[in-house]
Amino acid sequence: MIAYILRRILYAIPILIGVNVLTFVLFFVVNSPDDMARMHLGMKRVTPEAIQGWKAERGYDKPLLLNDSREGLEALTDTIFFQKSVKLFQFDFGISDSDRDIGYDISQRMWPSLAIAVPVLLVGLLVNITYALLIAFFRATYIDIWSVVLCVVMMSISGLFYIIGGQYLVSKLLHLVPISGYDTGVSAIKFLVLPVIIGVIGGIGSGTRWYRTLFLEEINRDYVRTARAKGLSEAVVLFRHVLKNAMIPILTGVVVVLPLLFMGSLITESFFGIPGLGSYTIDAINRQDFAIVRAMVFLGSVLYILGLLLTDISYTLVDPRVRLS
Amino acid sequence: MLRFGRQPAIDTGCGGWLSRRLVLLLASILPLLAGCGERAWNAPYPASEAESNTLYSSFSERPKHLDPARSYAANEYAFIGQIYEPPLQYHFLKRPYQLVPLSAEEVPHPAFFDRQGNRLPDDAPVERIAFSEYEIRIRPGMNYQPHPALAKTADGSYRYHELDPTRIESVNRLADFPHTGFREVTAEDYVYQVKRLADPSIHSPIASIMSEYIVGFPEFVSTLGGARKSLPGESGWLDLRSYPLEGVELLDRYRFRIRLHGKYPQFVYWLAMTFFAPMPWEADRFYSQPGMAERNINLNWYPIGSGPFMLSENNPNLRMVLTRNPNFHGEPYPSQGEPGDREAGMLEDAGKPLPLIDKAVYSLEKEVIPRWNKFLQGYYDTSGVSSDSFDQAVEFGSGGEATLTDEMRQKDIRLATAVETSIFYLGFNMADPVIGGDSAENRYLRQAISIAVDFEEYISIFSNGRGVVAQGPLPPGIFGSRDGIDGINRVVFDVVDGEPRRKSLQEARELMARAGYPGGKSETTGKALVLNYESASAGPDSKHLLNWMRKQFRKLGIQLVIRATDYNRFQEKLRKGTGQLFMFGWNADYPDPENFLFLLYGPNGKVEHAGENAVNYDNPEFNRLFEQMKNMDNTPQRQEIIDRMVEILRHDAPWIWGFYPKGFSLYHGWYGNVKPNLMANNTLKYKRIDPRTRLERQQAWNPPVVWPLYLLFLLLVVTVVPAIHHYRKRERSSAR
Amino acid sequence: MTGGLVILWTDGLIFLLLLFTVVFGVYASRREHLRGPWRLVVRSRVGVSTLVVLAFYVIVGLLDSIHFHPLAPSQEAGVESVRSGEVISLFDHLVTPLRERHEKTYSAPLATHLYAKETIELADGSVLRDYPRLQFGGAHLEDPHGDWAGDVLKLGLIGLSKGLLVTLVVGNILLALLAGRWRMGFGDAARAVLWGRTIVPWRVALVTLGVLLILVMVSIELSTGYHLLGTDKVGEDVFYQALKSIRTGLLIGTLTTLVMLPAAILLGIMAGYFRGWVDDLIQYTYTTLNSIPGVLLIAAAILMLQIYMSNHADDFNSLVERADLRLLFLCIILGVTSWTGLCRLLRGEAMKLREVDYVQAAEAFGVGHFQIILRHILPNVLHIVLITVVLDFSGLVLAEAVLSYVNIGVDPTMNSWGNMINSARLEMAREPVVWWSLLASMLFMFTLVLSANLFSDVVRDAFDPRLRNSR
Repeated sequence: MIAYILRRILYAIPILIGVNVLTFVLFFVVNSPDDMARMHLGMKRVTPEAIQGWKAERGYDKPLLLNDSREGLEALTDTIFFQKSVKLFQFDFGISDSDRDIGYDISQRMWPSLAIAVPVLLVGLLVNITYALLIAFFRATYIDIWSVVLCVVMMSISGLFYIIGGQYLVSKLLHLVPISGYDTGVSAIKFLVLPVIIGVIGGIGSGTRWYRTLFLEEINRDYVRTARAKGLSEAVVLFRHVLKNAMIPILTGVVVVLPLLFMGSLITESFFGIPGLGSYTIDAINRQDFAIVRAMVFLGSVLYILGLLLTDISYTLVDPRVRLS
Repeated sequence: MLRFGRQPAIDTGCGGWLSRRLVLLLASILPLLAGCGERAWNAPYPASEAESNTLYSSFSERPKHLDPARSYAANEYAFIGQIYEPPLQYHFLKRPYQLVPLSAEEVPHPAFFDRQGNRLPDDAPVERIAFSEYEIRIRPGMNYQPHPALAKTADGSYRYHELDPTRIESVNRLADFPHTGFREVTAEDYVYQVKRLADPSIHSPIASIMSEYIVGFPEFVSTLGGARKSLPGESGWLDLRSYPLEGVELLDRYRFRIRLHGKYPQFVYWLAMTFFAPMPWEADRFYSQPGMAERNINLNWYPIGSGPFMLSENNPNLRMVLTRNPNFHGEPYPSQGEPGDREAGMLEDAGKPLPLIDKAVYSLEKEVIPRWNKFLQGYYDTSGVSSDSFDQAVEFGSGGEATLTDEMRQKDIRLATAVETSIFYLGFNMADPVIGGDSAENRYLRQAISIAVDFEEYISIFSNGRGVVAQGPLPPGIFGSRDGIDGINRVVFDVVDGEPRRKSLQEARELMARAGYPGGKSETTGKALVLNYESASAGPDSKHLLNWMRKQFRKLGIQLVIRATDYNRFQEKLRKGTGQLFMFGWNADYPDPENFLFLLYGPNGKVEHAGENAVNYDNPEFNRLFEQMKNMDNTPQRQEIIDRMVEILRHDAPWIWGFYPKGFSLYHGWYGNVKPNLMANNTLKYKRIDPRTRLERQQAWNPPVVWPLYLLFLLLVVTVVPAIHHYRKRERSSAR
Repeated sequence: MTGGLVILWTDGLIFLLLLFTVVFGVYASRREHLRGPWRLVVRSRVGVSTLVVLAFYVIVGLLDSIHFHPLAPSQEAGVESVRSGEVISLFDHLVTPLRERHEKTYSAPLATHLYAKETIELADGSVLRDYPRLQFGGAHLEDPHGDWAGDVLKLGLIGLSKGLLVTLVVGNILLALLAGRWRMGFGDAARAVLWGRTIVPWRVALVTLGVLLILVMVSIELSTGYHLLGTDKVGEDVFYQALKSIRTGLLIGTLTTLVMLPAAILLGIMAGYFRGWVDDLIQYTYTTLNSIPGVLLIAAAILMLQIYMSNHADDFNSLVERADLRLLFLCIILGVTSWTGLCRLLRGEAMKLREVDYVQAAEAFGVGHFQIILRHILPNVLHIVLITVVLDFSGLVLAEAVLSYVNIGVDPTMNSWGNMINSARLEMAREPVVWWSLLASMLFMFTLVLSANLFSDVVRDAFDPRLRNSR
């Protein structure tokens, strides 16, 4: 088990290097260091000397990938790419191009992201599973048919509409919660209610349908028929047998997204003015802050790989038949 | 059901029994924890702040630099303008804009010297003036805000100047240093700040322009550059006090002198910008300790000033809070204004000590919709319309003079408008062979296009009528601009009954024919004329704008190709001069015609000299007149020269003189002393708030409407009941 | 009227895709394991009615994909008409009135007056602030306040009856054809269809078609006199924009899959079939790509394209071409971010198939790898490909809107639902609210996505027997 995990972690390294190279190339095809300097120094009265100075200060005055002026190994190491990458692997994200400590910013902005993502996940899970169980219970009746239709209808509405409509209705017309913003501590609740509800509603369509399929698959198995034949009531069958056995795919599905919750939601966060990691990334793209973009991509990849690993491990935990080799 | 819906907001007893039960039920999803009736549910601020003398506003982009030596953007000035105090300021009420002392005792008057160092009379000809000297006397008794950099221990040494790195590592905010101190502002601090402008590690945006004027500045820049290199750590502290700067001299505790090359009357305007605010050396010393920058603790984030406010919370991801500086030296509200101010209630607070509010909370608001809605709900005192927009695209704003609806008036929302000291123009790249150059044909072409592009329509469609069609480069309110009949651009407009009327398209087509493009087709090749329009905007509005622009050119048979790029590429095209047509803008640094006309001064060309002349216009006669006009005082002779210059420009038409945007801001009735001042950026201290009225109206405007929730609940019950019924039936049948 | 034909990149690809579909259809009709499920699809009521709706969208999209230079009527007399530089599509040409009737700014659906008050100068020189009349919308009415309701009703009724008429004609033709095919009398066939006794639910198809035709006719009638869904900020007809957006939505949904298919199929099967280092390499590639946040990848690619275009500005003369290339690029990059899922599925399937007897046997007989893949593996994974394609479609249409919000979607000058929603965000903040752009885009997008979702359900059920049984 431990050997397996170790091997997986080792396997992650080339992937992270690949991610790093790709981001780097993509970003510098688009942005020259000069562009970045100009962006950060402002629009008015920028002299070439100031640009040179800015680049030198942040180490962007070196060649991108290969330094011709150096000998041997230094030709590779004395480059923007190498210098900036090494630290990343030590999880030292450094200072953003606008002079902020990225690690600190990430650690601060992580919490608002989680404050939305975790309730959305949990409430969503609860609502979707309940609803799906209900549908499974009433399978092949009018409730089933219309619920599935409702799910498809809900899936077909753009997420943007939920946000725009929800904000307009709940905040503007009904005055129930603030339109946007965020606060720390308990007072954050009133800012989080709407985004969480919208997040849950937006996910009901696809989520419920997915769980419904899971449950129906289980319901048609032999052991369920046996249980029913024993005279157990339908509710007991559903809760004790079907739900329990469907838990495996549900759990593994949840585990894989767990680490990614940290990354936040791009659209929701910027619509509701929540200072999470999603809006952090968007801002960084718009401001061309390479340091942040790289840090976030790196973090995203690490979390993704972590999610895959966790899924594999959780398989063994819930299902002893699966052996990790 | 509706009866219940009406209750909660009005009934202080929290509604009836049923409603209380429901409220309990809904408590998990509704923020009712604070109880009923205290404050509207959708208030984005804590209930405890409800009646405080606090101003609420927003900012859309986090300020990049709060260091007064670097900051050069309106959104940054909104904060540091209230914190730092340069020697001069603009009078809040008087127009035209007038400089008055702020931290100085009086507005300095330059003394002129010739090359030999002899004092010259004030009216000496410009050619003879080799140097001018400004002696600035500051007010005694001004103190800095409480700040850890100034905190001292009992034995008089600085408490936080020699911190060991482990201590710094445990710190994340400035507030993590518990002790603070303060001291008096001295002339030395002003000198220190001027030296900081030269520090190459700070990248002050005005370092290059100051190099031209302040004596010894370029040499000082290289001295500092050398000194920085010899420093052990690159960002370590360099005590600027020990390096002399020739042109800036400390006279005594309250006096210093700045020596400039030649005559530069615009220099006093610089003295009203935060670039020249005092900076205690202790702050530099404090922030330069190793490890501070890594913890985000530096001058860019934590200012130290002597102004009426200090930045007490700096979380650019969420909000910025300014609170009253307890050490503020005090300043009375002005007791004079221009005619009409008294009637408008602008002088009601005359003589009262500033600032009039205790606190200002700026919340981050990136989206237009929430910002506007919160304003309508009363949670922002004013809908922030900024004048920093040239760097970005034109901002959306509903309302405006034309559309201040009855609903707005019912809410007692008011409007303040002012023609901004800025201009949006459509530039022709004069280095381009097709539309640029000095040939008569191309000039006709430019004039024809100038007539065809209907900026009146542009203003009415894209700015809700918030703008004035420009007749030349100088916006109203700037010396040299003329209004009325004299100010009309006769190349583009006819004068009908004393009003400008755009010339007919027929005339434009005739000009096209003279330019060699009858009907928009080249006489030589027979092909339609194709022009490129560079666009940097990608917002939702840009599609309309680009379509409109194409329509304008189609009137003349010209096909307009839109080349949309991001802002960086756009800038690059301007720098390389590869574009043809583009929209651009300029926002005045100071109210002087030089600040606009230099945008068309040949030696300022973007391609060749990396200046701000984005169209690369170069007319020898214009250049000559500009050099003459530049350093003159505002005399009738200067007006005459400017008139001649403007006439040359209109004839050559290197720009389509687009429009001067009209800044407008909406504000609520409880927000007092609003008078747009486009030059001053420290006007927060004059603002007045009536928190009681505000709270009352907020409550009245935001009654929570709860009945849909009840309805939803009812709906749930209605759907669940048959399901349960069905379930029972099924259980019974399966049990059988 | 028409000048030279212009084939844009996406036009070419969309017709290539059409060709593919036809070829695949012919191919599938000869293979029972592919043909059977399709038979199930057309026998389902939902399947048939969504097919009709989708066909309507596809027709509009295809009409909008035939571009040419129109001959511009000259503005002045005496100058010969010239071929203008602008590019329009056949669809644009058909709906020329919609395209050209611009108002000044916002007007509500079916309105006769602008949405904002303006200062109007009266004939006697006095000034009045009122809502000015529209230039085109309801311009034929003498007294807009009195006549409006009657006129709208009249046009609506005319449209309704025209729709019914056309439905009747089309329905009769269809019945006649069916009768011929079933070798029975017209009356019998009609009875069978109307009573719903046919295997293929022709009645449902006819009803859907009828509803659609009536909607089309009513829209046409109302559009002659009014702006059916109002006008936007610069006075463009919103109905026209929503219709034009159909092509964009369809292209994003289909071209993306077309672009990613070769890579996904080839790499997926190769990884599963060859195993070993090939498998490792391919797995490495897609895990790496997968772990980069997609938005970032798309943003970078779009910016890259912009640089390319500004460096080669002369190659892209018209706005349409530039927007088109950006759309294509967006499809490609969306494809790059979305091929990994299919690739992984195919890898697993290929691994299983590799162990199957006949593949083992073929290998033992020395059949080449390429032959085995082409003969034995590819045909057996086609249904997975098909299901994925259909399932992905609606997600991609929805993704376009979100990307446009972050400004990395299609070109801002291009009509798309995403761009419409994006500008609608600002309109929602206006006072009074301008709601029709949002509503129009949502309605059109919703109809397409809903049909696609329902259709994909039917397709999946038909192709995936495991699920079919669980019903």
